[in-house]
Amino acid sequence: MILHDLISLDVLRVLWWFLLGVLLIGFALTDGFDMGVGALTPFVGKTDTERRIAINTIGPVWEGNQVWFILGGGAIFAAWPPLYAVSFSGFYLAMFAILASLILRPVGFKYRSKRDSETWRTCWDWALFVGGAVPALIFGVAVGNVLQGVPFHLTDDLLSVYTGSFFGLLNPFALLAGIVSLTMLLMHGAAWLTVKTEAGSPVATRARAIGSVAGFVAMAGYALAGLWLAFGIDGYHFAAAVPADMPSNPLLTPVDHAGSWLAAYGARPWIIVAPVFGFVGMAMAIRGLKSGGEVSTLLWSKLGIFGVISSVGLTMFPFILPSSTDPKSSLTVWDSSSSQMTLFVMLVAAVIFVPIILAYTAWVYKVLWGKVTEAEITGEGHSY
Amino acid sequence: MDLTIVDLSRLQFAMTALYHFLFVPLTLGLSILVAIMETVYVMTGRPIWRQMTKFWGTLFGINFVLGVATGLTMEFQFGMNWSYYSHYVGDIFGAPLAIEGLMAFFLEATFVGLFFFGWGRLSKVAHLTVAWLVALGSNFSALWILIANGWMQHPVGATFDPISMRMEMTSFFDVLFNPVAQAKFVHTTSAGYVTASAFVLGVSAWYLLRGRHVELARRSIAVASAFGLAASLSVVLLGDESGYDVSQNQKMKMAAIEAMWETEKAPASFTLLGLPDQSAHETKWAVHIPWVMGLIGTRSLNTQIPGIEQLVAENEDRIKDGLIAYDALMQIRAKVKTDAAKGNFAIPADLKKQFEDHSADLGYAFLLKKYTDDPLKATPEQIKMAANDTVPPVFPLFWAFRFMVALGISLIALMAYFFWQSSFRGLRFPRPALRLAVWMIPAPWLAAELGWVVAEVGRQPWTVDGILPTALSVSHLSATDLAITLVGFVALYSVLFIIEMGLMLKYIRKGPHEDVAETDAWMDRHEKRLTGGVLTPAE
Repeated sequence: MILHDLISLDVLRVLWWFLLGVLLIGFALTDGFDMGVGALTPFVGKTDTERRIAINTIGPVWEGNQVWFILGGGAIFAAWPPLYAVSFSGFYLAMFAILASLILRPVGFKYRSKRDSETWRTCWDWALFVGGAVPALIFGVAVGNVLQGVPFHLTDDLLSVYTGSFFGLLNPFALLAGIVSLTMLLMHGAAWLTVKTEAGSPVATRARAIGSVAGFVAMAGYALAGLWLAFGIDGYHFAAAVPADMPSNPLLTPVDHAGSWLAAYGARPWIIVAPVFGFVGMAMAIRGLKSGGEVSTLLWSKLGIFGVISSVGLTMFPFILPSSTDPKSSLTVWDSSSSQMTLFVMLVAAVIFVPIILAYTAWVYKVLWGKVTEAEITGEGHSY
Repeated sequence: MDLTIVDLSRLQFAMTALYHFLFVPLTLGLSILVAIMETVYVMTGRPIWRQMTKFWGTLFGINFVLGVATGLTMEFQFGMNWSYYSHYVGDIFGAPLAIEGLMAFFLEATFVGLFFFGWGRLSKVAHLTVAWLVALGSNFSALWILIANGWMQHPVGATFDPISMRMEMTSFFDVLFNPVAQAKFVHTTSAGYVTASAFVLGVSAWYLLRGRHVELARRSIAVASAFGLAASLSVVLLGDESGYDVSQNQKMKMAAIEAMWETEKAPASFTLLGLPDQSAHETKWAVHIPWVMGLIGTRSLNTQIPGIEQLVAENEDRIKDGLIAYDALMQIRAKVKTDAAKGNFAIPADLKKQFEDHSADLGYAFLLKKYTDDPLKATPEQIKMAANDTVPPVFPLFWAFRFMVALGISLIALMAYFFWQSSFRGLRFPRPALRLAVWMIPAPWLAAELGWVVAEVGRQPWTVDGILPTALSVSHLSATDLAITLVGFVALYSVLFIIEMGLMLKYIRKGPHEDVAETDAWMDRHEKRLTGGVLTPAE
């Protein structure tokens, strides 16, 4: 096959860096509100019916949304094998905690309403809380660690050796990032609840109250993290010019751990739009939560999340996973991708299927459009 | 290399995969059976078929979520526990996993919600389409996963790159149309259809034994036995064996399954029963059937099937050949390391030639890493030991295979009998047969788990046949890390599994929501229509 030579390796790498961002943001925008709602349910719903209303707002869609996460894993495996190999074996117990929490969700949604016992249902409510809050927190903690650099090195055979500990992940900056991630998704979940529940209903009212506080914490935390990056954390950069189409072997690129990440804003001033989107989106979402906006609030919240996540990627580019203990082992866009053929094949697959996925997902949301009411879930049917 | 880590990683993979595969086969088959039932409903309009769709759909849903939950682990476990494997073959292995998400799992997961929540929101035809899309998504999912697994069994369309120190894809079409993957897909999905058929058959038989939901149960048996008969024939006739002659390691797997220690004159005899002894290279109390092995294995009377000892001798030569490639690789690595700083990533032509002439056997040289850190310094004894390691454990393979086949054949008989009674005996089922059908519910699950054992234990000592030894594929982790996650997953899965079984039994006992009045009213209208009676608009 010569087709894959149509697009050069460096261009494919940038495209796949971009698509990785699309997948992570797609995951945060869709499954993000599922996690948010899961974490909010015990607090926005005081009675069983109220909790069921909250759960049923995401009942039919969370499963499809979660595929963004699974696809993210698959795409990292296919397009950035070293990232897949280093990060999941390095963040080992954190990854286990994410999986164990996420595993609770499919069962929680499906099984909660299948028995009439209060204990049974309360157990599943907390399972859904864990399934929403724990991953949301850990994803942020992971990003916070990536920004500081992760203690790993690659052997000459390119085996990844992680030398940190699980508790080493829970450092102050990483915890701050975790709080930003958790509160941002709580805000997003609250915004979703205002769209899908009746205005003025107890669930919607409580969601607005909690969501606007969470949004405020997320925004303040994001600002604080920005200052911390500017003054307290060293960035990474290449120590010599690196050809963008070089073979994928991280050990062949010299890296320095010095200077600031924020130097990227000097080199590529346009990326300032990302944090601006982040702040504006979150601020407007908080305003919408307070003032009674519905769909617009959700859209602002999406803009905020989009801004926050893309600001991390754009600030670090071309670094993906820097190593704090052996900088030359750092994974970057230029030395950690798949082969040209694999990137090309995957790009073709993505170009064909992503639009199809977006089309049928949009259709499903359209069919399910409308508010979840008490009458609907107490009537006959397949509500959770 | 720490063998505890390797063993714990393997144990965890086996545990999580076998658990996952308790739910997947039922999803594969039941999604189609439910879609078939709904098709009958949409075509005939008879309410009982909608009630069947909803009832089996509910059981499908309870099972489905655990397939999804346990599937999450599978997607990430390669990176967590098999980090070196992920680096080494991610360029090829990752692609089918990602395409599975894009093409199949998204489809399945997006529409499964609508299947349950969409009854009141969609037209009949739209809802039917949704049901079929869920079934299609599930089965496409299996296709891509088995393309990935087929590549581990028979790695085609890829070559080793000495600079990035990994396998890289050379032909996506070879990976896609890998004969082993195609055979596995048909075999595995058919096994899923048998599982769902036996489940529907068994549960319906239980209703008939108690005189409950007779109409619904009889119709369910008719659908399940027809579907199950076709599927069970397909499992056995289009079994995995068709792929066993394509490569050296698949030959080794076949020889191990048959406990064929020495090469026999063609056509080889088949060992029906016996006690294989791996250290003595002999099978005690063996019962042979002449000619049969040659016929099954080669579809011919004059092609020889190599025995284990012959294959071990050949593998010893491949190890020696692989060492030449390994030697070239080490020199290339040293050269590139110094040149890279100057922006030069080229490999000197002589080293490149030395490497490429022998790189097909590079993986065999890695087998020596179990005995020495530097394979180039391996002693002849170590090479012999490594060659011996290429024989997978014969005893479990021999017996797992035989139990699987016996279960498969008994399922054909069961399905054939019920199909016959449904089609030509007016749906009359004697009570002993119904009782048997209930007892046979676990049989396809057992066969499927044994099938996994045959396929994956049979591939040892490799994760990717001839390319990467299992012992090298693991992550750099501590035994404590692995023990925590192993215990964690076992505990979590077991609790969820018990809950799932509880709910399944609850909903089976509760039975379908049969609206007898609705069904009767429909039948009256139907009869009037047939006899030319007049329908009033109110009806």
